[in-house]
This record gives sequence, structure tokens and C-alpha cells, in this order.
Amino acid sequence: MKALRNLLDKQKPLFEKGGKFEKFYYLYEAGDTFLFTPNHTTKPKGVHVRDAVDLKRMMMTVVIAMIPALLFGMWNMGHQHFLAIGQEADFWTKFFLGAKLVLPIVIVAYAAGGAIEALFAVVRKHPINEGFLVTGMLIPLCMPVTIPLWQVALATVFAVVIAKEVFGGTGMNVLNVALTARAFLYFAYPSDISGEVWTYLGDATPIDGYSGATALAIAAEEGLANTEMAVTGAWSEFWAPFFTFKQMFLGSIPGSIGETSTVMALVGAVILILTGVGSWKIILSVFAGAYLTGLGFDALGGNAFLNMPAHYHLVIGGLAFGAVFMATDPVSAAHTEKGKWIYGLLIGVLTVIIRVTNPAYPEGIMLAILLMNVFAPLIDYNVIAANKKRRLKRATV
Amino acid sequence: MTKVIKLKRGFDINLKGKAENTVSEASMPKTFALKPTDFLDVTRPKVLVEEGETVKAGTPLVYDKKHSRIMLTSPVSGEVVEVKRGKKRKLLEVVILADSEQVYEEYPRYSVSELNNLTREQVEEQMLKSGVWPQLVQRPYGLFADPEEAPKAIHVSGFDTHPLAPDYDVLFKGQEQYFQAGIDVLKKLTPGTIHLNVAADREINAAFGNAQGVQINKFSGPHPAGNPGVQIHHLDPVNRGDIVWTIRPFGVIQIGKLFLEGKYDASRIVALAGSEVEKPQYYKTYQGAKIESITKGKLTNDHVRYISGNVLTGTKVNPDSYLGYYDDLISVIPEGDNYELLGWIKPTRNKLSYHRAFGLLSFLNPNKEYVLSTNMQGEERAFVQTGTFESVMPMDILPTHLIKAIMAEDYDDMESLGIYEVIEEDMALCEFVDVSKHDIQAILREGLDLMKNS
Repeated sequence: MKALRNLLDKQKPLFEKGGKFEKFYYLYEAGDTFLFTPNHTTKPKGVHVRDAVDLKRMMMTVVIAMIPALLFGMWNMGHQHFLAIGQEADFWTKFFLGAKLVLPIVIVAYAAGGAIEALFAVVRKHPINEGFLVTGMLIPLCMPVTIPLWQVALATVFAVVIAKEVFGGTGMNVLNVALTARAFLYFAYPSDISGEVWTYLGDATPIDGYSGATALAIAAEEGLANTEMAVTGAWSEFWAPFFTFKQMFLGSIPGSIGETSTVMALVGAVILILTGVGSWKIILSVFAGAYLTGLGFDALGGNAFLNMPAHYHLVIGGLAFGAVFMATDPVSAAHTEKGKWIYGLLIGVLTVIIRVTNPAYPEGIMLAILLMNVFAPLIDYNVIAANKKRRLKRATV
Repeated sequence: MTKVIKLKRGFDINLKGKAENTVSEASMPKTFALKPTDFLDVTRPKVLVEEGETVKAGTPLVYDKKHSRIMLTSPVSGEVVEVKRGKKRKLLEVVILADSEQVYEEYPRYSVSELNNLTREQVEEQMLKSGVWPQLVQRPYGLFADPEEAPKAIHVSGFDTHPLAPDYDVLFKGQEQYFQAGIDVLKKLTPGTIHLNVAADREINAAFGNAQGVQINKFSGPHPAGNPGVQIHHLDPVNRGDIVWTIRPFGVIQIGKLFLEGKYDASRIVALAGSEVEKPQYYKTYQGAKIESITKGKLTNDHVRYISGNVLTGTKVNPDSYLGYYDDLISVIPEGDNYELLGWIKPTRNKLSYHRAFGLLSFLNPNKEYVLSTNMQGEERAFVQTGTFESVMPMDILPTHLIKAIMAEDYDDMESLGIYEVIEEDMALCEFVDVSKHDIQAILREGLDLMKNS
């Protein structure tokens, strides 16, 4: 440890003012502070002791909360592959195939995001934002496994620059960065992120009747009746046993890498809530909003999709993943505690509205969160205005 | 009618090294000092004495030209040995070489029954001249109380919830009659109520229990329940145009002594506490005592930070510096100027955090005492985390937005978000829990200065 510290201290003058690599100071600083908590002490006036948590720790906790979803995603991507080609395979075979497919996407997202962060840090002379630790993991988890790597890189660069750096970096962004990456791909390369892209086939041919559609796509097209999927058509007979409530809750269905499993999202939610990093108010209210709206549409009726039981909305598609990891982004969400309830509830409501009334794209959580990101400041504005009004009421002058 | 107010939000920082309930005589230091820097209001100080001059305890040493009636007086009798100035001739200290036998400036003395017949003018005059007036702090802004004003209420907080806070039972033992006299005198200064706010979950301090002429209110909950700012917010909030005064029990007792005995008595009991103190306990000394006289030979190591006051709002001092005017605590904690390998992620049970992201299971051991150093535990970043400031501030105030309004210099927002109700100590916990490591108290003071000068 001491040798490492000495090595870093020896290099330091090169990066400091007047040094050879002065320009790259913040790259050095990023490495240094990653390895060692710095020796900075508190000021002579103000608090003399500080809480042990810093932004790095907070961001890392979110990454840890995503690991169950990532690991499950790796297995599931392998599992889906073998299902589609009609072969049997054991757990580890599936997992390693999934890992082989997923890890490059994770690495590309981190590399592209990290490079842009480093570039901005050097040019704009600000410390590297730890936010990319989370973004770099979120982006792969909301991508289909077949996504071309160059698209991952492009989307990451677009999102980090347009959704974050132009606003001033982590803490200043209006939109959720990872969702911006996904939305970018959705609008720029729709054929690679919707339709039958959710399962990796490789060179193998799928079995007869196979379709790579997601549960939501099937539901939108065919409708779901009663409590089980009663889908028609040759290919759906193959899938019917897989799209049960239990199956969708567990998550062994086609979909984005990390978002198919409600249970893994909930494990993440437990980690985020227990560690106090994610807002339970937002998570709970997204689910409540979606469920209540689902109930409403259920009662209203209309077509088969509208009639889908409300609780299906909670496990189908990326609702759980979005609620837990995307909606709770503290920067782009509402900042006030009351605002968080409204923000989450509206995300849930909008998600279901978009799902059931939008014929083009059955998943609604992405657009619902991005839309509410934009409205979050308005929600806060009203909550703050109410606080001001209370104070004004008792004023005498 | 005693009001009981239960506060849920807040956080107790449980530090190792609380003072034991024993009181010793500190070795009498040779020198004492009056530090005009203890007062936010003293910006144009005028020194009234010269080096070599002899003074008594209670002799005016300094006043501020903007508040020419408020005298800052000598805590002890002796000889003025140094008028210490800093950069740009800023007045730092007036140092007195103390006599072994104290001589007091004589002020009129009154019997208990006579106190009730005093006029406001008499009270004011004596308090201003003798040096006890600065004990009264005015809200908003936390400055000297303006003698030209009559506050709508005066608040006395009868307990302290800060980390390592001294026990008021020890500090004010046997001072009942002075406390009562102080209250009687203060009543002349306000047409409103004098609130005495005490802890709900423990027995009322003997010095306060029998106080007459005060409204007793009880507060329960974690820190900052003991802060007058929080108490005022729940009892009688400060609105635009309102003026409220606060005073510490020590100030009330000092005023009582001034009127009953006719002398400015700066003797006080001070707690020496903190993880680096061998035997944390209380010492008898005087206001403005040299820190060294209390700490010398009582520490376990020398790589420490001396703080006059508590670890949330106190001031870093050197051993050869002097105790602050308002302080009854010297905290000594380790200086944290060391690197820590992977300190930000390493699992450990020895770090304290309000956030559960560190020490997830710390709730299993709520009484654990921590040794905290002065390390920043990270670097300054933009605001990211939301909701934590609000959860440690038991007031209907949105601290994050108030701080942002200050940073944006938005006067209207500062006012409407409640800047009149807070001073540094009320937001100190926000600074402690801030994952982005901002200097919240300093930012708040900037805002208060902006409002005051607008």
C-alpha cells in the first residue's frame, strides 16, 4: 500500500500546475482518488467531521444493486438462445454463452462512456463524474443482446454528451442518461431495438414456430385473456407456456438483457432501499400508478390488451427495471419528497397508457420516464410553492 | 401549559470521549483573551485599551463602531499584554495577563425584589456596558441583539444535543438563583414570552425546573432538537420583519450574577471531550482561557485537531489560542490528513454514516461510539443525492432548495424558503450528511449576508 502511495505521489508533480502532463490532471486525480480516499481535511470553520459516504460510494451501491439483474440477464440470454434453437443445455453453458454476449456490450458502454468523460474532464477541467459508473451499467442492461456494438458505443456517446455533459455533467442533467441512450437507438435504429431482436440466434436456425417477440409485443398484438396467456397463432403455441405470470415474474422470457426479470429488479430495489440510495417512494408509486391504471383500463375494457389483468402490467416488459433503476435516478427525478410520490405515480400511469393505447410500440416505461424527467421540475416547483405559501400565510409584514 | 413537541427527523452523532461528570480546577492560565472574531458583527472594531494598561474583569476592551453601545469586556483582571492583529490589521485578540486575585469592575447591584422595579433603560445600560449583552443573539441572522429593538420572544434552550455536548446539570449546578434573576432581568427587554425549552425525555435541570415567569416547552428527538432555531420554528416562527432573541443558559446566569452581585463574572465550567482526550471531564476556568491550560498533558496523542466548541459548528484553534466567547466545550479529535486505500468502498464497521450505504447493519448497535477524524471522506461534487437534507432537518423548510436559492443569489426565494429561520448551526447536519461534500454552513452565511445587506 505504501509503495503504491509513494508511486502515485511521485507522479503527482507531473500532473500538477507547471508539470509535463498538467492537462491530464483530472485523469490522474480520478485514478488517485479511486485508489485512495484523499487526505483532504475539513475546514477550520464548519463541520469538522464528515459522513463516510461520498458520491463514489453512492454510485457504486447502485452498480452493486444492478449486479443480480446483470447475472440473471447473462444466464437468460443463453437460455433464450438454446430455447430458440431447440437444444438442451446446462446452466453453465447457458451462462457462459450469455456472458460472452453481454460482457462485450458492458465493456463497450464503459469504454465509450469513460472515454467521453475523460475527454470532457480534460477539456473542461472538471473532475471525472462518477455518474458514468452507473450509466455504463444501465445502458447494456436495457439493450437487446443482439445490438451491434458500434450502436452501443454511439448511443453511449450521444447520451453522455447530449443528455449530461451539455448540461454540465452529473448532477445537472435533466434527462436520465441511460434512457436517453436507449431512446436514441429507438429513434435512430428502430429495426435493431424492436421486433424480433431479443434472442441471439448466431448461425443456428430457430425451430419452427419460433418468434423473438417480447411478451408485451404479443400482448399488444393478440391480447391476454383471463389470468394466463391465451395467445393464438402457430408460433405462440410454442411460447404460450412461457408467458405465464410466474414466468414473467421470474424473467426467463425474451427481452432486454437486464429487464426481463421482475424478481431481480426487486432484489435491486431491496438493496437500493436498504442502503437508502434509491427512493422507495418512487419505486412504490410507479408500481401503484401502473397497477391502478391497469385496473382502470381493465374495467373500461375495449380490446384484449386493455383487458389484460392489471397485475400483469407489473411483471411484463421493463416496468420493474425502469421503476427501480431508471425512475429513481435522483438527479432527473423530482427532488422534493412529496414530488417523488407524484412523479412515480405519473410514470406508472403514463407507462400503462402508452402501452395500451399506442399501436406502434407496446413498451411505455422508457417514454414515460423521459417525459416525467421533463416534468419533474414542474412538480417540484409546485411542491416548493406550497411550502412558500405556508410560510407566507403566517407572515405579518 | 407545557407544550411537548416530538421531533423525529435528525441524527445523533455518537462520538467517543464524552465528558465524565467530574469537575476539576484547570490550572489557571497566565493569559486570557477576548477575540472579536467570535462575533460576526464586529467588522469595524475600536480598541479601548493599550498594551500595558491594567484592566478589571468587566472593563470594556473593544466595541464595534456600528454598535457603539455594545461593549466587549475583559473576562479577567490583569494587564493588557498584546493587541494581536492579523492580515490587513484585522483585530484578532486582546490578550490579558491575569492577576492571581481577581478584581471586578463594580456595577450596581440589586436585591431580588428590586429587580422587578428596574426599568428597561437601567437593565439595558448595565448589560451593554458590562459585556453581557452579546450573550443575546438576534434572529434572523444570528447577530448581536439590537438594543433599539424589542423582540417578540426570547428563547433559552435548556439542553444541548450536539456531539460530545456538555451536560447542563454539571455546568449549571447550584446556579438557580442567578438563573431566576437573569430571567427577571430579561423580562424587561421583551413584551413577549420567555421560552425555556427543555428535553422531554429527561429530568429537568435543577437550575431551570423552578424558574418563574417563563414558558416551559419540552422537546424530544435527535439532534438538532436542542437548537434554538428548531425550537423557535415549532413554537413561534420567525417571519419577515419579526425579531426573536436567543440566549444560552450561561448567558442568563451571567446576567443574573451581574445584577445580584454587581460584577461581570466570566468564570465557567468547560468540558474537555473527544476521542483523543485521556480522561474526558469538566474543568473550571474563565471565558477566553488559553486552550493549552485545559488540554496540556491530557491527550493521548498530538496529531489532533483542537476545536473550540463542538465538532459541527466549532472553530479550529491552536493550543496557544483561546476559548471562544460562546463555547463551553473543547473537542479534541484526530486530524485525518491521511490517505486510505480504497477508503470509499472498503467495508468497515468503524466509520459513521447517516446513510445506510455505509454500515448497513449499524442499526443493530445504536449506542456504538465512533472515533471520527477530520478527513473529508471524499471530494466535492455537484448535488446529486436528494431527500437527505430534509430528513435531518426537523423544520418545514426545504434545505436543498434554500441552499440552491442562495447559490443563485435569488433574494425572493431565499426569503420565501425560510432563510430568516435558520443560522449555521441549524443546517450543520446537512453539511455532515452531504455526499457531495459542500460547505453548507458557509453557503448559508453568504445568503444571510446577502439578505442582511440587501
